[in-house]
Amino acid sequence: MITALLRRDLAKFFPFAGGGAALPTVFFVAVAMLYPFAVGPDAALLGRTGGGVVWIAALLAAILPLEKLVAEDIELGTFDQLRLRGVAEEAMMAVRLLAHWLSFGPPLVLAAFPAAALLNLDGPSLHLLLIGLLVGTPGLAAIGLMIAALTSSLRAGAALSGLLLVPLALPILIFGAGALARQDAASLGFVAAISLLLVAIAPFAAGAAIRAAREV
Amino acid sequence: MQGSASLEIAPALTAQGIACRRGDRLLFRGLSFALQSGEALHLTGANGTGKTTLIRALAGLTTPFAGDVTQAGPLGLLDERPALDPELPLGRALAFWQRIDGCADPSGAFSVLGLEQLLEVPVRYLSTGQRKRAGLAALIGRGVPIWLLDEPLSGLDVAAIEQVTVLIQTHIDEGGIALIASHQTLAIKGLRSLELADYAAPIADFESEA
Repeated sequence: MITALLRRDLAKFFPFAGGGAALPTVFFVAVAMLYPFAVGPDAALLGRTGGGVVWIAALLAAILPLEKLVAEDIELGTFDQLRLRGVAEEAMMAVRLLAHWLSFGPPLVLAAFPAAALLNLDGPSLHLLLIGLLVGTPGLAAIGLMIAALTSSLRAGAALSGLLLVPLALPILIFGAGALARQDAASLGFVAAISLLLVAIAPFAAGAAIRAAREV
Repeated sequence: MQGSASLEIAPALTAQGIACRRGDRLLFRGLSFALQSGEALHLTGANGTGKTTLIRALAGLTTPFAGDVTQAGPLGLLDERPALDPELPLGRALAFWQRIDGCADPSGAFSVLGLEQLLEVPVRYLSTGQRKRAGLAALIGRGVPIWLLDEPLSGLDVAAIEQVTVLIQTHIDEGGIALIASHQTLAIKGLRSLELADYAAPIADFESEA
């Protein structure tokens, strides 16, 4: 049953595999491409600030899929029908978290290679960036899922979720981009810890949110 | 086939003193009924009296404001949202639920409901009535004994209404339970009916009783 759920969720969200959109990845690369045009072709400046820009791009790219993440299936009645079949909301949300992360986390990590080249990041910076994105994106996915579930019953939910994600994602941004600025892999431990905590609570928070949305 | 497996325990659905509210307004109160194997109940009531609210409470999706619902045996719900992915062809959208339910071949229900020629059509191109029939096929595929049907006949043509009525009748004859909220009259043998307006709770009335 869980595999059937995961298959459906992946088909829904995964870029290039069926109905999913590659938009977050395209957006991410587009930001990295535009930044040198905006600040000028100063290689040293780009190398120093580029890592932070990549992190901001990753954070904003994580907002893009939120609109479709939960609200659509509440409207379709999918979660209700799964509930009647004895699937817990927490299990639905855990599967969705995995599918959501797979749909934008690994593609962003891959897209970090061209982004790093465009921003003139050196080898050690790229190394820290890749590890940082790998451990940080699950946390971004978890925040996104919780917000999408909480705002699913609101009319302006999509616009609101973008605003809500930004402050909540600050710790990941600070430690992730900070690791690049200080060339210090230890801060990535904090990113991993924050991600782990968020991933652990997200299925329960999002599950409770979609149960509460039924009572409206 | 799947039906007989889940019918080993005698199915039952009982509501005891149910009250539901929407926002601050009490929709109805003191509603009780008991359905045993082979029984059907027709739920009637004007728009906005709380038929859908009651059905969702009976399904366990929401908690009633007061009262208890007990069910023996698994329960299936057909409402205005058949939970089929709008972008997928009908066959693949239904295949998802077949995998979830682990049911092998619901083609019997497909042909009775005239869905076979629609399996390649994306769900978003289907009409209300076609979607309704697809939702019913998914419900039949589950083989559950208790059916909660919210407006199962709305949007259906004359021929489809007859087919659906026959399917509900067959389900009851095989020992199932059906609770049907509908504005239409239903040609089902031994159908009891329950008018929701009889349990409506105007605020003034409620206060004077208290």
